[in-house]
Amino acid sequence: MVPTMKDENRVLTHGMDPAAMRGKGSEKLMISRETPAMEIKDLKLYYGKEMALKGVDLTIPKGRITAFIGPSGCGKSTLLRCMNRMNDLIDIARIEGEVLLHGDNIYDAGVDVAELRRRVGMVFQKPNPFPKSIYENVAYGLRLQGVKNRRVLDEVVEQSLRRAALWDEVKDRLNENAFGLSGGQQQRLVIARAVAIEPEVLLLDEPASALDPLATLKIEELMFELKDEYTIAIVTHNMQQAARVSDYTAFMYMGEMVEFADTDTLFTSPAKKQTEDYITGRYG
Amino acid sequence: MNNWFKSGTPWVWLNAGAVSVSLIMVVGLLLMIAVNGLGHFWPQAVVEFDYGEGEDAGTQRVLGEISRSETMTAAAMRDAGYTVPEDQTVVTRHLVKRGNRDATGRDFVWYIGENASEFRYPDNAMVLERLTWGDLIGYLKDYREGGEVVAEGEAARDVFAERLEQTRSSVQEIERIERFEIGAVNYEIEQIRLQQRALEINPQLSDTERAEQSAVLDELRAGFEEQYAELEERRNALRQDVRRYSITAELMDGREQEVVLADIVRATWPNAMGFGAKISHYGSTFWDFVSGFPREANTEGGILPAIFGTVLMVIIMSIVVTPFGVLAAIYLREYARQGPLVRTIRISVNNLAGVPSIVFGVFGLGFFVYFLGGSIDRTFYPEALPAPTYGSPAIIWASLTLALLTLPVVIVSTEEGLSRIPSTIRQGSLALGATKAETLWRIVVPLAAPAMMTGLILAVARAAGEVAPLMLVGVVKLAPNLPLDGNFPFLHLDRAFMHLGFHIYDVGFQSPNVEAGRPLVYATALILVLLIMILNVTAISIRNYLREKYKSDSD
Repeated sequence: MVPTMKDENRVLTHGMDPAAMRGKGSEKLMISRETPAMEIKDLKLYYGKEMALKGVDLTIPKGRITAFIGPSGCGKSTLLRCMNRMNDLIDIARIEGEVLLHGDNIYDAGVDVAELRRRVGMVFQKPNPFPKSIYENVAYGLRLQGVKNRRVLDEVVEQSLRRAALWDEVKDRLNENAFGLSGGQQQRLVIARAVAIEPEVLLLDEPASALDPLATLKIEELMFELKDEYTIAIVTHNMQQAARVSDYTAFMYMGEMVEFADTDTLFTSPAKKQTEDYITGRYG
Repeated sequence: MNNWFKSGTPWVWLNAGAVSVSLIMVVGLLLMIAVNGLGHFWPQAVVEFDYGEGEDAGTQRVLGEISRSETMTAAAMRDAGYTVPEDQTVVTRHLVKRGNRDATGRDFVWYIGENASEFRYPDNAMVLERLTWGDLIGYLKDYREGGEVVAEGEAARDVFAERLEQTRSSVQEIERIERFEIGAVNYEIEQIRLQQRALEINPQLSDTERAEQSAVLDELRAGFEEQYAELEERRNALRQDVRRYSITAELMDGREQEVVLADIVRATWPNAMGFGAKISHYGSTFWDFVSGFPREANTEGGILPAIFGTVLMVIIMSIVVTPFGVLAAIYLREYARQGPLVRTIRISVNNLAGVPSIVFGVFGLGFFVYFLGGSIDRTFYPEALPAPTYGSPAIIWASLTLALLTLPVVIVSTEEGLSRIPSTIRQGSLALGATKAETLWRIVVPLAAPAMMTGLILAVARAAGEVAPLMLVGVVKLAPNLPLDGNFPFLHLDRAFMHLGFHIYDVGFQSPNVEAGRPLVYATALILVLLIMILNVTAISIRNYLREKYKSDSD
């Protein structure tokens, strides 16, 4: 049974695709058994003199959803941005340590940053569609790569919008300005835009925090759909969301990785006192 | 009272008051220009009255158009040398445009209303607009062909009007031959002269080569000179033909004057005109004003070269200033490291906007005209020296000077536009694997385009109204040729040009005949204001189109 969005009486956490929920619970996840997509090794980040990340070690498993939780300012967004070098844009940011993408350090001198960001896509907190048509938004990444063939573009645009569960809503108005969409649709459009260039890893920085509950639910369902093909890392403030969607969860506090485990373990029997305090709402 | 202040009502009144005062001033100014400028073309009634002071009363017949009337105190009039009866305190006087500058010397004369008889409006009073000497106001007496009287009195009017139409087209044909055809031939002959001069000073040629090439040019020149002779002959024939027709008019003092039809632009009998005739007269005079070339030290004729020069200059300026300003702003905002140096540059650019425009004119004269233009002349046009080609005031230098003058406006508003683009949109593009340059050209610049247009709009408005620097770098009182014509390379950026703003100054303050020039000043000002409006409305509609196209929720 596939739930419909129209049923507003449904409790939010029950709105998930039951199949996905079942799939999540059926096997015991073990980090040691996963293939790593990205590995972060002793990553330190300084904003000027201030240390924002204090030596983080972490493995992002391939084909899984990894959630980052923690109080505001704990460095989870910063960590996410380190994974596709968005922190390069900040003049005062300085980095030590390594981030490996399939074994290669992305901070090596010879790395093409644009190429890296094509492989590691990112979706931001606030929907940021370009002031272009819906079609051009999705085709943007391909056009950057020099794709001009209309048939290829059409195909990729449709496929990406379908994957982002937006196709049915926008197929008749692909040439309209993307700003005409609602907030939730815009965010799905942004995800479609990121998916269109087939990244290996998709970084989601609080993708649902600016959206209403129904739109949030759609985004979460979307993550389940995408997880088979992509490795997803998501930062969220919403612990229920982390518990609902992720396979693995990392808890960060004050720039340090406090605990990292599969989601069930972290939420049911956390190893650290700090984690327990946070997830039970004693601070943060 | 205290509550009244707290409620904010005084502020509302103050703000609304400021807005209304500004509106009244702007609308009042525009109305004054429009009424005075447009009124000039409406046919004025011709009045006739008898005039004389004291015992001479009624001895002098006056014929003319009332230009304006004013009421003065008797004391002031007595001081000015007029005799005013003792018991009178105020005096009305009329400024009468009598025309006939060639016959009477003074075409505008004050007459005291009390000394004049009642006004009459004779139906047969005729106003002739002439190519020289301004208007003639009088009565048509007869019409002549080759000196023989063909028709007299009322009968002469129709024959005269009919013949005038034919003569006008012949005269226009003569003007066309002189201005365009002979102009083109002259241009070619001048080019050949320059080429020959270039041959003479070219040290690489042997004497035989020089002689050979010179012979070719001589042959060409002979061809053009033949053409010139033909054209001249045609023109002279036409001229001969049109000079055969003439009329005689009786002036206000009874004198008779013969006028050749070729010298007459337009003949009207304003008192006999109906409303429809007045409207069509209005239309045709206004059109002549907008589309004609100036005559009589700019106090008569049209202002086409000035309109043309202004528009062309603004267009060239826009073409120069937009890319420069936009590129500079992009560098300052996007690439340069924001520090004390960039801050200093930004402040300097802003201050550049406050430098008096005449300073830019002096700079333009020194740098563009003398240095740049002089260098170009020495390098590329040595054959024309010592006559300058680019080394004299020219439209290109005027445009460049104004581009410099308006550069700060474009830079500031472009920077403003760039800084308003949300960083999330830039990051979105970067996160898709776009480089900084790709993000800039595909996302940022299109989004900032409306702001760039705003800068351009402000620049155009400023440039079109600027006069002072232009007087030094390219504007002249009377330009013999338009900067754009049919001779290769069509656009002559090395030519001096006429400008509406300078035309206003020239007609209003430099002309020998102030009263005749006054309405033209208003009319020219009106055209200038309209022109700036048209340029602005065009730019604004482009901006609105861009805004609509790149609509983002940041606006």
